[in-house]
Amino acid sequence: MSKARAGIVVFPGSNCDHDAYNVFKNILDTNTEFLWHKDGSIGDRNIIILPGGFSYGDYLRCGAIARQSNLMKEIVRFADNGGIVIGICNGFQVLCEAGLLPGVLMRNDNLKFICRTVTLKVENNKSIFTGEYGIKEEIRIPVAHGEGNYYCDDETLTGLIGNNQILFTYTDNPNGSLNNIAGIQNLKRNVLGMMPHPERASDEILGNTDGRRLFESVIESVL
Amino acid sequence: MYRSKINVTIRKTILDPQGKAVEHSLKSHGFDSVIDTRIGKYIELMIDTGSKEEAEKISMEACRRLLANPVMEDFVIETEEVN
Repeated sequence: MSKARAGIVVFPGSNCDHDAYNVFKNILDTNTEFLWHKDGSIGDRNIIILPGGFSYGDYLRCGAIARQSNLMKEIVRFADNGGIVIGICNGFQVLCEAGLLPGVLMRNDNLKFICRTVTLKVENNKSIFTGEYGIKEEIRIPVAHGEGNYYCDDETLTGLIGNNQILFTYTDNPNGSLNNIAGIQNLKRNVLGMMPHPERASDEILGNTDGRRLFESVIESVL
Repeated sequence: MYRSKINVTIRKTILDPQGKAVEHSLKSHGFDSVIDTRIGKYIELMIDTGSKEEAEKISMEACRRLLANPVMEDFVIETEEVN
């Protein structure tokens, strides 16, 4: 049995929290709990998931209010100390707003909410998040977002490329994101943010398990 | 009492897709002289503090910490005394 203990953060407006819980708890048989945003502590959790959804109705900017929550302050401390944090979709937006990842997710360039399965390329398989994938492997993962258009300044982009922080790119860019970026990790390599939803591609009954290896990689990295 | 009127806009160097879409629509309505359209947010704060300088300082801090994201947005603050 793995020593992984997953904590799925629930904000008002999160709506992929149960999907993430199901993957960790039922599909990967991992010790898993929900964490309410008002909790003052992440307890004994050693993997934190910020799930998809519309935290606080996406008021002001996506993720801007969620990142002010009590629990996020704890999660920033946890990440600064090397703790593993994964932000999916709205969770990625929260991580950018919290400053745990560089850049920002802007409105899709075609102004549409995009909900379909896209092809991603694994750009770096030497991370704790992608170790189970092949380098340049193409995988099919669903996206569902209106604000997935990744943007950062030139200097930041040069850093992301130079430090192999870009983990996933789109083969056919759906939202206008810079350099086709779909998912990045931080410089310390313990925080991942991605717009596509691997938790929606982890259960065989749904016909696609390309996302499952991401969670398996992370669980295996917890010794 | 002071009122701060805050305009938050997407930075000039960044494409504003919503502004572009509205600009296209304006053109199709015959507004040919409109050469640029940017869409932003308007935020109004009523601030109960002793001086205009203090109200400006509070507004600036609010923008920096929450109301605008400096990666993609600029903001302009106008503060005035109200009774």
